[in-house]
Amino acid sequence: MTVRPRDIAPIIARVAPMLLLAAVMIFFSARSPGFRTLGSARNILVQSSSVAIVAIGMTLVLLTGGIDLSVGAIMFVAAAVAGQLALGKLIPGAGPAPLWLCMVVILLVGLVMGAINALLIARLRMIPFIATLAMLFIGRGLALHITQTQALNLPPALLTIGQSSLIGVPFPIWLLIIVAATAHLTLTQTPFGRQLYALGNNPDAARKAGLPVARLLASVYILSGLCAAIAGVVSVAQLGAISPTFGSQREFAAVAAAVLGGTSLFGGRGSVFPGSILGAVLIQSVESGLTMTNADPYIYPIVIGGIIFIAVLIDRLRASGETR
Amino acid sequence: MAEPSPLIEFRAIDKRFFGVDVLKSISFSLAPGRVLGLVGENGAGKSTLMNILGGVLAADSGTMLIRGEPFLPRKPRDAAAAGIAFVHQELNLFTNLSIAENLHLDSFPRRSVYGLRLPLIDRAAVRARSRKLLEQVQLHHDPNTLVSALSPGERQLVEIARSVGAEARLLILDEPTTSLTAPEADRLFEIIKRLRDRGVAIIYISHRLEDVLSLCDDVLVLRDGQVVSSGPIVGYTPERLIREMVGRNVDQLFPAHQAPATLKPMLEVERLSREGVLTDISFTLHRGELLGIAGLMGAGRTELARILFGLDPFDSGRIVIEGQPLIPSPRECIRRGIAFLTENRREEGLLMDDSILNNASLVALPLFARTPLKFIARSALRFRAKETTEATRLRAAGLSRQMARTLSGGNQQKVVLAKWLMKPPAILILDEPTRGIDVGAKQEVYRIIQALADQGTAILMISSEIEELIGTCDRVMVMAAGRIVDRIDRAEFDRHRILCAALNTGVIV
Repeated sequence: MTVRPRDIAPIIARVAPMLLLAAVMIFFSARSPGFRTLGSARNILVQSSSVAIVAIGMTLVLLTGGIDLSVGAIMFVAAAVAGQLALGKLIPGAGPAPLWLCMVVILLVGLVMGAINALLIARLRMIPFIATLAMLFIGRGLALHITQTQALNLPPALLTIGQSSLIGVPFPIWLLIIVAATAHLTLTQTPFGRQLYALGNNPDAARKAGLPVARLLASVYILSGLCAAIAGVVSVAQLGAISPTFGSQREFAAVAAAVLGGTSLFGGRGSVFPGSILGAVLIQSVESGLTMTNADPYIYPIVIGGIIFIAVLIDRLRASGETR
Repeated sequence: MAEPSPLIEFRAIDKRFFGVDVLKSISFSLAPGRVLGLVGENGAGKSTLMNILGGVLAADSGTMLIRGEPFLPRKPRDAAAAGIAFVHQELNLFTNLSIAENLHLDSFPRRSVYGLRLPLIDRAAVRARSRKLLEQVQLHHDPNTLVSALSPGERQLVEIARSVGAEARLLILDEPTTSLTAPEADRLFEIIKRLRDRGVAIIYISHRLEDVLSLCDDVLVLRDGQVVSSGPIVGYTPERLIREMVGRNVDQLFPAHQAPATLKPMLEVERLSREGVLTDISFTLHRGELLGIAGLMGAGRTELARILFGLDPFDSGRIVIEGQPLIPSPRECIRRGIAFLTENRREEGLLMDDSILNNASLVALPLFARTPLKFIARSALRFRAKETTEATRLRAAGLSRQMARTLSGGNQQKVVLAKWLMKPPAILILDEPTRGIDVGAKQEVYRIIQALADQGTAILMISSEIEELIGTCDRVMVMAAGRIVDRIDRAEFDRHRILCAALNTGVIV
């Protein structure tokens, strides 16, 4: 038999994210000597870690065929509550709370908001797009109210944490490694993970097969909320401040990273590693590369948009090569 | 003779939908190690009955007993826990997962360290157990093979292996042979018999009466939601089954045949070829003519239909409609008056979540929006739709209330056809129009097809049932390996000749 383009397309599609990343690396390395240093690679990883962690949670949601548009808002609310707590302004007269407590509060807020999404979607059967869109508006409004639309300048101790490192690996990368490894292991090696793939592939059959569909759905939105909160911790520690645009449009960056990494918006296909991690790193590489080559800042979103187009095109090729 | 105590017993089960009785006082019992054939027309209540058993629907009244204990399933899980397993007509597998994962999805063996059970899958145990299960259904594939790589028959075996793994005591098979080849079906029967001998009770639902008669120990005939008769299979013949299912003798399964008066070419196909699929296909379809295409699965029949409708490309040849060449694309084909009814009516032919009325009026809608503002003349449309669906003897509770999804297979097919009756197309391509529907519904589908031909529609009908082609068509072409290997006129119709040609043992014309 002759090899037809139809046979090659799926193979290209499978390795496409890596080819794309390699192409971006080569392109910017050739144009900017600063780009091809170890320090720059490390920088890219550090800067992409927040988006990557959100994208990991998003990948779980996308695998079930849903979407979580509220992740950026969850980041903002969680950080706003914790920030005011750290500054001692949340509860009048309580004084500044210790940093560890603030971290715990961030995670708790993420879990709670994720749980509300879960309730709306898994129990009340709302469409994920609409439910999380509403949560996006409510969350951002709530956070603006908590911060009184002011930028919060957090205690400098926080920045020290953000810049600290353990055995040469910076703190944000440690968090990313832990979250990614846990998620990857969960998806590939646990019954829960495999059931998520099943649910995304054929929800009706999942129900008939007796899978705990509502519990699976609820779990992914709670985990997505938690991931958003962890990403909030990373961002807070990196920036040292919470501006009114904190976490804004992070949901789109996360979806873009997941899709670039080969996760399907229709559920049942995708991965955290290499998938979404690769996607997040790819986006950050382009941004860093553009910065280093002194490109016009207005061109960034245009380039990112173009890359998403390419990713979706690749996704089409992959889908056409697939048999159901 | 002492009857073995029944595994499952139904006592006076009733169910109503929209005020229509769907099941009326159904009572029967099934002992372990028996195969019960459940037969009945589409809409007779078989699916509803099985949905009640499976915990998908609740009965309005009546009780079910399992081994003498009341059984009240609220959700599919309850039925599964009671040892009831379903193999549905549309398979419930996850194509993105491996065979092994599909087999163990709700019961993965876990790894443990020093007696501590971890939430991690024990891949080695999964593999070993999968191998054992696959052996029992004689499926010789690596358990790590993705299900998307399997044929429909193989996928079905995976589903049966899953129920074997769940140690089901009652296995329900709903039309399991529709998408199977003959050897695959034989293998399935062998596996069913083996399960039966191990004490599993089996409910076998099928329209293939010969299969029911050769495989089952008992039979239960349903008609209009009631048990017509039941008992050991020995007293039954195909004629009796049909009579009881339909409630009348189907002596006239096929409508009176009316050949077109004049031969006016509608569709001319000249030397159509596509590498590896079709070779040199030439034929002419006339106005009001019924041209059948016989052949085995994979002979290129569906592929030909898809090319004619512009869904797939071709390499060489010519397609002419009413003297004008056609460059096929679905849009262009529809504009020129071609309609195509695919094998998958569920996916392609119906809006499942819309009403019967909306489905039936979809094609004719522009005819009822003649005013300049394109408002739809609702009452006229409704009247015409009612008239048409009544003509097809559609059994439904309400035209605008009932969704297409809730109809039985045969009634769904009638809605699909009614859609075209309201505005007859110039050319109609039918691919397996009676697949999976019962005798009574078939009869009505044939009547509708003949009515369309009488109105001048040129019809190209693909079918795997030779009887059906002989009964309805003016001419039959036989395809094998992408070629037309025989052409037979009505006067010379011969079952044997068609079969031989399809198997490609005859002389190539």
